[in-house]
Amino acid sequence: MPSKTHVQTTINGEPRDFLCEPRQSLLEVLRDTLNMTGTKEGCNDGNCGSCTITLNGRLVNSCLVLGVEAEASQITTIEGIAQGNQLHPIQKAFLENAALQCGICTPGFIVATKTLLEKEPHPTEERIRFFLSNNLCRCTGYDKIIKAVQQAAKEMSA
Amino acid sequence: MKWFDYIAPTTLASTLVHLDSHPGAYLLAGGTDLLVQLRAGRKQTDLVLDIKNVPELNELSFNEATGLTLGAAVCCAAIHDHPAVHKHYPSLAELSSIIGGTQIQGRASLGGNLCNASPSADSIPLLIALGATCRVGSSKGERDIPVEDFCIAPGKNALQPGELLISIHFPAPTKSSGAHYLRFIPRNEMDIAVAGVGASVVLHNGAFKEARIALASVAPTPLYVRAAGDSLKGKPVNAESIEAAANIASAAAQPISDMRGTAEYRRHLCAVLTRRALQAAIKQAQELQ
Amino acid sequence: MSEKYSVIGTRPIRHDGADKVTGRALYGADFQMAGLLRGFILRSPHAHARIQRIDTSKAEAFPGVHAVITTKDFPQVDGTKMVDLGEGLMPLAYARGNVLAGDKVLYRGHAVAAVAAINAHVAEEAAALIEVEYEVLPCVLTAPEAMQPNAPILHADLTTKELGENTGKVSNIADHIRFSIGDTNAGFEAADLIVEREFNTATVHQGYIEPHNATALWNTDGRISIWCSTQGSFVVRDATAGILDIPVSQIKVTPMEIGGGFGGKIPVYLEPVAALLSKKTGRPVKILMPRQAVFEATGPTPGSYMKVKIGAKKDGTITAAQAYLAFEAGAYPGAMVVPGAMTVFAAYDLANVLIDGYDVVVNKPSTAAYRAPGAPNAAFATESVIDELAEKLNLDPIDLRLKNAAKEGTRRADGPKFPRIGCIEVLEAMKNSEHYRSTLTGPNRGRGVALGFWFNIGFPSSCTLNVTADGTVNLIEGSTDIGGSRTSIAMQAAEVLGLKAEDIHPSIVDTDSIGFTAVTGGSRTTFATGWAAYEAAQDVVRQMKERAAKLWEVSPDSVTAEKGLYKSNGHSIGFKDLAARIAETGGPIVGRAAVDPRGAGGSFAGAIVDVEIDPETGKTTILRFTSVQDAGRAIHPAYVEGQMQGGSVQGIGWALNEEYFMSNDGRMMNSSFLDYRMPTALDVPMIETIIVEVPNPGHPFGVRGVGEANIIPPQAAIANAITRAIGTRLTRLPMNPPAIMEAIWCQKSSSPHS
Repeated sequence: MPSKTHVQTTINGEPRDFLCEPRQSLLEVLRDTLNMTGTKEGCNDGNCGSCTITLNGRLVNSCLVLGVEAEASQITTIEGIAQGNQLHPIQKAFLENAALQCGICTPGFIVATKTLLEKEPHPTEERIRFFLSNNLCRCTGYDKIIKAVQQAAKEMSA
Repeated sequence: MKWFDYIAPTTLASTLVHLDSHPGAYLLAGGTDLLVQLRAGRKQTDLVLDIKNVPELNELSFNEATGLTLGAAVCCAAIHDHPAVHKHYPSLAELSSIIGGTQIQGRASLGGNLCNASPSADSIPLLIALGATCRVGSSKGERDIPVEDFCIAPGKNALQPGELLISIHFPAPTKSSGAHYLRFIPRNEMDIAVAGVGASVVLHNGAFKEARIALASVAPTPLYVRAAGDSLKGKPVNAESIEAAANIASAAAQPISDMRGTAEYRRHLCAVLTRRALQAAIKQAQELQ
Repeated sequence: MSEKYSVIGTRPIRHDGADKVTGRALYGADFQMAGLLRGFILRSPHAHARIQRIDTSKAEAFPGVHAVITTKDFPQVDGTKMVDLGEGLMPLAYARGNVLAGDKVLYRGHAVAAVAAINAHVAEEAAALIEVEYEVLPCVLTAPEAMQPNAPILHADLTTKELGENTGKVSNIADHIRFSIGDTNAGFEAADLIVEREFNTATVHQGYIEPHNATALWNTDGRISIWCSTQGSFVVRDATAGILDIPVSQIKVTPMEIGGGFGGKIPVYLEPVAALLSKKTGRPVKILMPRQAVFEATGPTPGSYMKVKIGAKKDGTITAAQAYLAFEAGAYPGAMVVPGAMTVFAAYDLANVLIDGYDVVVNKPSTAAYRAPGAPNAAFATESVIDELAEKLNLDPIDLRLKNAAKEGTRRADGPKFPRIGCIEVLEAMKNSEHYRSTLTGPNRGRGVALGFWFNIGFPSSCTLNVTADGTVNLIEGSTDIGGSRTSIAMQAAEVLGLKAEDIHPSIVDTDSIGFTAVTGGSRTTFATGWAAYEAAQDVVRQMKERAAKLWEVSPDSVTAEKGLYKSNGHSIGFKDLAARIAETGGPIVGRAAVDPRGAGGSFAGAIVDVEIDPETGKTTILRFTSVQDAGRAIHPAYVEGQMQGGSVQGIGWALNEEYFMSNDGRMMNSSFLDYRMPTALDVPMIETIIVEVPNPGHPFGVRGVGEANIIPPQAAIANAITRAIGTRLTRLPMNPPAIMEAIWCQKSSSPHS
């Protein structure tokens, strides 16, 4: 059996390393090898955004990144959003606005929203919708998600 | 997926050596096409070469005199973030913000979009309209291919065995020029273009000095309709000339009917999109005088 | 928020909130266990074929493979035995056949064999080595074609049931049902205007973001444990037991969190396969469905062909209504044509009605419920015809509906008389809404309205409440939570007990730990499981009264309880303080209830939509959308609004872009989220909501389920809006840009000035 690759990364600020086959996606590695199941698989081809993470500061679909490509990278997942024992304002806003129903898309939306608001602290509704168009939600119709993002923007820039 | 080996070379030379010894290897930039194709079994390989650590393929530099050099592996997000791109090639900045969605743009490269050679590729009509050229390299040396000659059949590009795309080069922008890519999709994002038009214009004293028009999704490859652009040379900037160019473009299209649209609908869209893309390009040219 | 309630009508943070926003909530695919193998299912490339031979030897020999199974691995039991596995009565062979094909494959994607291996990649590689010899047969893909006498036949043993009687005739028509009242011939004679139209709707999928998943362990003691994302853990238990021909008591199902269902996660697909693989390997086996298989091999909603004919007098009084509904069941009978027939004219008080419904098998995946199944199809037809009548009679479309609106006492064509319902209230709320009263100006713009009805179901639920010494209460229930229901259920218990919602700790438990509870679906969860919680809470109150009585040495009958305060003869004590004394007054307090409520109240829902059409491309922009629905009583208004918004946006996708593109040989060409085009955030505006509350007399708090009715009106409302925008009517779903462009061109070429 061909051997696995040893990969060293930083995930949510902590050094993590793992073994993986080249054909394994970063999503698979996160979920099956590192037991970080907060990042979800919805389609495995980049169209739903439920596997959203940041990789070296860029928002990406982890299903379209190979585990081996993550060598020496900085990764942020949903598990790294809360601040210790305190929810991030985005997480609070999602709860207060009932911006989730089944919750499967929620980790992806929260990671994407954080990237958006850190780049653009005062986005318009149109801009929020455009930025988040790679994140599919089937339960909420997006309305309360947008409102949660708007509330978080207010709080984060206060 | 079946097993494949993975190598991430750090120099162009070593990449070319690997390519020469593994003709079946695929190059991995953003992976947003390749990984999907490998998973679906539409492509097979036993070696993936990750080019994201090769300096020449990751260059993004602008020079007032010579223009913009865009490495083949540079992702859309990086293009969109670059101040020189926004200033001198705003149409390119906009293009890189509409391909796929935000997460796709975090990985996908225009070089990869070009090499994938899909007839519906969003980037290629604009690359053609902007007069871009492809710098291609192999262990035997380098050559240039105009972008409009790079795709030769659906999914097939002009690269010979042992060759790879190093970078795409855009001429320095001229005064009173503007460009725009406009596509038609059923939703507002995330879709493959049913039809797309890239248009660029150079204006002078209320008339067209030059124009280039190219189409997506209406031929086996992206289609450079030289006649449509040429028809505008010297003509006044008005609705009639635009309409005439739009009709030439639409007549040149060779669309098929598939699940994304009928041939008739696509041909009709070509005319509409050409007109609208030209109007946007003209507006940009007039504003950036 | 109501004055008489303290908790009901408020908006507490959902109890599972912290887990869901931090990624800690465990969904079915997240389940881990030592020794887990991964399963992969081999699926048919053909839409209709006989399986001549399956050779699994190469797959079995592949390194890393632990087992391969086919239909041979099912216990050999008479396939004609009739079973009800949550989807109505059907031959066991059908239930099994959809999980692993027997001698035929009936749709592309039909499961044929399964592999268990050390990881998913190995399992997938090995599955490709299974050799299957097929005799390809012609396929049939639409109901009208399948109903033709010379159509390819899917099941040699399927005979048509005609108005309740088995005809013995082999056919693709499984069932022809009819509902009728009065005399439609006379009714149409009396009409001043008759509109009759034909409609077609394409197959659409529920589109939940989480693919199906299941892990099964067939343990050494013969007990089977299953962990999965499901809308009904008891359905999984009973269906798996039925398919494997083992007693239900041998199976324990632990529901994990579920990432969307909308009806599509009621049938079982993976659980029996995982269980058999586990039996063969002695290891737990997890199977995750790839997205392509979710589209090709789970249960989309029926495509349909319909004719609706309605006659009315000049003043808008409807004199007769007739419907012909032919629904595609997919590979196995059971298209939701009966609910379609029950709802098609249910919003109207009519004396003369004739409805014929046909359940027709075709070579597509076997359909499942999708949010008010059958009703959106039917309403697309009816509400389009009603709109056309309004246009031609020059009546306001809401007024026309009000004139004929169903009310308490109206008899439905399928039999029941309506109890107190909110049809008129919903219509009036639509009429008085700011949206409807606003003026829509501008070219290529139009406004449309439509109305829908869903009967909502009851069915059994159980609930246990355990009072803890600090005065909080643990609520144990079995309804998997797809939209916040654990909180709406907890709120009902809290209301009875006089506690805050935060003082109730709900848990959704496995099938060994709670009494039978029917599916999370049919808009029943807040209604029925909430009722169980209500009854269990009453049980707790009764016991608490006894404890107070003990403390005060009075008779329990003399103790009153109101909003958590217990009183008798000058004594009083609050719930929390009393709870602290339960150990000394007799031990633990457990409240329990099992209910099978009959009083489910139907819900009416309306949609108002403004659209703008780009006349050069046919693209539709939704400018404004309002969803109006009678919730009876909104327990948690934010989650009621959420249901309305979610159903509305699904309706928008259904109306404008979603469909299964089928090749002539039965292949779905767009089985990915790229080309199965569900709305993104950029495709829809904010969805305004108006909650109407006409309390359901059949529920202690007046609850009417709200999950479903809101998906019924959007399609027709959008069709009606498009009609007014472009001047011509589309009668096929989806109304995508090429279709609208085509309609505009047809209109131009038939106009005298073209």
